[in-house]
Amino acid sequence: MSEELTGLAYLLAAICFILALRGLSSPETARRGNLTGMIGMAIAIGTTLASAHVLSYTWIVAGILVGGTIGTVTALKIQMTALPQLVAAFHSLVGLAAVFVATATLYAPEAYGIGAVGNILTASLVEMAIGTFIGAVTFTGSIVAFAKLQGLVSGAPLVFPGQHILNAVLGIAAIVLIAWFSTSESYQAYWLIVALALILGFLIILPIGGADMPVVVSMLNSYSGWAACGIGFTLGNTLLIITGALVGSSGAILSYIMCKGMNRSFFNVILGGFGTEEGVAAATQGDKTVRQGSAEDASFIMQNAGKVIVVPGYGMAVAQAQHALREMGDVLKEAGVEVSYAIHPVAGRMPGHMNVLLAEANVPYDEVFELEEINHEFSTADVVYIIGANDVTNPAAKTDPTSPIYGMPILDVEKAQTVLFVKRGMASGYAGVDNELFFRDNTMMLFGDAKKMTEEILQSFG
Amino acid sequence: MDPTKIMQATEAAAATAATGSLISFFTVFVLAIFVGYYVVWNVTAALHSPLMSVTNAISSVIIVGALIAVGPTDANFSKIMGFLAVVLASVNIFGGFIVSQRMLQMFRKKG
Repeated sequence: MSEELTGLAYLLAAICFILALRGLSSPETARRGNLTGMIGMAIAIGTTLASAHVLSYTWIVAGILVGGTIGTVTALKIQMTALPQLVAAFHSLVGLAAVFVATATLYAPEAYGIGAVGNILTASLVEMAIGTFIGAVTFTGSIVAFAKLQGLVSGAPLVFPGQHILNAVLGIAAIVLIAWFSTSESYQAYWLIVALALILGFLIILPIGGADMPVVVSMLNSYSGWAACGIGFTLGNTLLIITGALVGSSGAILSYIMCKGMNRSFFNVILGGFGTEEGVAAATQGDKTVRQGSAEDASFIMQNAGKVIVVPGYGMAVAQAQHALREMGDVLKEAGVEVSYAIHPVAGRMPGHMNVLLAEANVPYDEVFELEEINHEFSTADVVYIIGANDVTNPAAKTDPTSPIYGMPILDVEKAQTVLFVKRGMASGYAGVDNELFFRDNTMMLFGDAKKMTEEILQSFG
Repeated sequence: MDPTKIMQATEAAAATAATGSLISFFTVFVLAIFVGYYVVWNVTAALHSPLMSVTNAISSVIIVGALIAVGPTDANFSKIMGFLAVVLASVNIFGGFIVSQRMLQMFRKKG
């Protein structure tokens, strides 16, 4: 295949990728978009295989078969609640693959037309170093994120004195090494860059707490894109540059949306140290009392309501309560109750996590609303059913300037006639703050596991 | 002209060409960021999870670089690196697209 034809085919692949993202603007077009993405990938791979660079196919076929099988089986078997850690694991693979490609380029530059060993263009060396650096950071950073999401390590932020100084020193060292490598093409410098970036990836993500993972996963998504970009510059491949830039900006936008959902700056999240593992026991309850209810009480209240809004959170995912929740919604709808779902932008452990779980349980997506779409509806709702969410409903975010979550956009659940709050115990949320909602007159606490409680309510419907 | 001068001239020409293409690559890069920016802001919030898995799948297009490394007939260090990258990127490509499709199948309208 001629260079021109190859270039045109790559352009076609890039257009397919853009259309794949475009398709995601609505659920109706999304499936077709995803197929377009697959076609783009097939074009990209096919074109490369047909190019003059590729002469032997045995290893390639073996590699694609092995990787493809692992990927297919994993994707088909994974539970939807485990999606955040799956995505984190996938990001780590992209990062590592970027390191491998950069290394291959360094040891055999002739194949890519960027010079010979010992005589690689300086610009290519810089790009190679940056690509491999970002790739290695993405790799170990994603492994930490994966371990935190999977519960292999504590989700609590790991902080130690001098952490930020250490990271800054390592960052500066990386720049020095990149400069050394670019001027000398030294293998030693290259591997030092890789080693340093691997360490830095661990150190950057360790201090970030479990519930800040939506930001971290989005950020690593972005990094994996920039790593692809770096490789694209090294190889002089526009398809890689375009795709990397698309992915990079997508991840950056998601990070921004997540930060805004918590009213925190990106740097505040990245510097870490925010939040606790399971929430500390609320200390300042004083003589305030809560009203406790049973499943029977809850079912009675909901059956006599005209309008119920469900507010799901990470706890719903942990308890796998989405199916029971949908059944509850079905029964209520049959009884003539209007049921809808309110999703906070940072509910769950990755962007859109709750939407996927509700969709999995066959909740129609036109019953599911985002914060700004539904927030004015709470004042007309008879019942709000909060299941597995906490901080995103805390009115203190609006009223108490001393609260750590002050200024965070929250769901105005307290405006509803009755708030039913499903919760395992009185522990505070991730932010470690008391939720004054528990002590309001119109709140009824339903203590228990999210799934069990919902099932008990279902059984109580007569 | 003596050989050294010819070599210097060739190198200078190559450097100019490289700078020229660097600028055009950079142009493509910046324009692609803009395209990404506008396209991604249009993605509905409900589909942010599939967005992540789709972008994850397409970022594995670095397999293109890996294929070139595996391409030559003789086995060397680069070929091994390329092979490993092909395996990893394939996991992502297949895994990413399939899990996206699984998610998107679930988003259905009422009724």
